[in-house]
Amino acid sequence: MPTFKPRDWGSHAPYIAPDYKSTVLRGPTRPLLPITSGLTEGTGPVFARAAIRNLDWDLTQNGRVNGDPIGERMVVHGRVMDCDGRPQPHILVEIWQANAAGRYVHKVDQHNAPLDPNFRGSGRCMTDENGHYRFYTIKPGAYPWGNHFNAWRPNHIHLSLFGPGFATRLVTQMYFPGDPLLELDPIFLGTPDAAARDRLISRFSIDKTEEGFALGYEFDIVLRGRFATPMED
Amino acid sequence: MRYGETPSQTVGPYFAYGLTAGQYGYDFTDIANGVIAGPAAKGEHIRITGQVFDGNNVPVNDAMIEIWQADANGHYAKDPVDVTSDGFRGLGRYGTGTDPQNRFVFDTVKPGVVADGGAPFVNVIVFMRGMLVHAFSRIYFSDDHALHGVDAVLQSVPADRRKTLIAERTETPTGIEYRFDIHMQGDRETVFFDV
Ligand SMILES: [Fe+3]
Repeated sequence: MPTFKPRDWGSHAPYIAPDYKSTVLRGPTRPLLPITSGLTEGTGPVFARAAIRNLDWDLTQNGRVNGDPIGERMVVHGRVMDCDGRPQPHILVEIWQANAAGRYVHKVDQHNAPLDPNFRGSGRCMTDENGHYRFYTIKPGAYPWGNHFNAWRPNHIHLSLFGPGFATRLVTQMYFPGDPLLELDPIFLGTPDAAARDRLISRFSIDKTEEGFALGYEFDIVLRGRFATPMED
Repeated sequence: MRYGETPSQTVGPYFAYGLTAGQYGYDFTDIANGVIAGPAAKGEHIRITGQVFDGNNVPVNDAMIEIWQADANGHYAKDPVDVTSDGFRGLGRYGTGTDPQNRFVFDTVKPGVVADGGAPFVNVIVFMRGMLVHAFSRIYFSDDHALHGVDAVLQSVPADRRKTLIAERTETPTGIEYRFDIHMQGDRETVFFDV
């Protein structure tokens, strides 16, 4: 019996989403084949807390050279759970993003916006026993891309998680409430279901906002569910 | 209460300094890299290389490939992944942007047969700009021909597409190498599974 419930394809994009032009030559065109094996799909890499070094979860500090990074400081709080609401403890969350000007450190990013000598824009954190994670960062800027005339990516942070098994692997992006670029973005809109898209948008939270320091946002992440073992039911 | 899954989004073109920093020369630690098994790992040491081709048969220079595999005895690692270990790690991750031919290169050991399997294989995940959802595949090995007939997953694949999952073994001056190219589209489109 497989460990994980089938992927909820209604929450995901198709491989070919023609408004996002690169999908046309890069997405598989044939239907995915069903897979019957159970053991492999229930396993996956685990990570020790030692995989997180001191400042990995603080992007306002981990790229410092001679000062603080420029931009609006923010703190992101979230919970990783499965679709039955079970918290997912000790899950590694990897993060990368553009700086406040919309520029990535990546060597092939040609956008004519300044690099910030004190901001790298990558980090990682891990969920606690209750599935909660948290990281500090700078609000990323929008940036142009070549998909179509006057194409701009909405502000976003990239996140990558394995979850409890290889089958729960997820790479996603967190967006911001009220961003006017969302309704123009073929990557965000690649997910056809509007309710599913809403789950990609973080919530501003005055409760999580830290007085005099950083604006608070909440972003919960829902992974595939597990079949209950006989012991549990 | 049932919660909807968080949608998958593309890894985009700029993952390198976050996910494969060491390989690309950025000052940030890796949680995985091209070494799946270090020199001290038990088993037959092999290298797996390949390119990722788009629908125009052009090698993709910004894909990221992840591997998860069993050790030489057919057991998946239960201990935390440690990239400083010179033994078996189980997890590999490699971007196609640093090799002149845009290959991925994994140093590992040939896996054993897992408990519910028929033939040795490694699990593969393909990510890239232009993929809103990653894709799962498997690499089987050409010299295990005799076992392929008893592997339920491989046998569930239509016969004319099975060869897209089989890496070709070659002996090189530096060791045993398997070649596994990934074709996203076209006549040779790789089989991807609904894992
Ligand atoms: Fe981006």
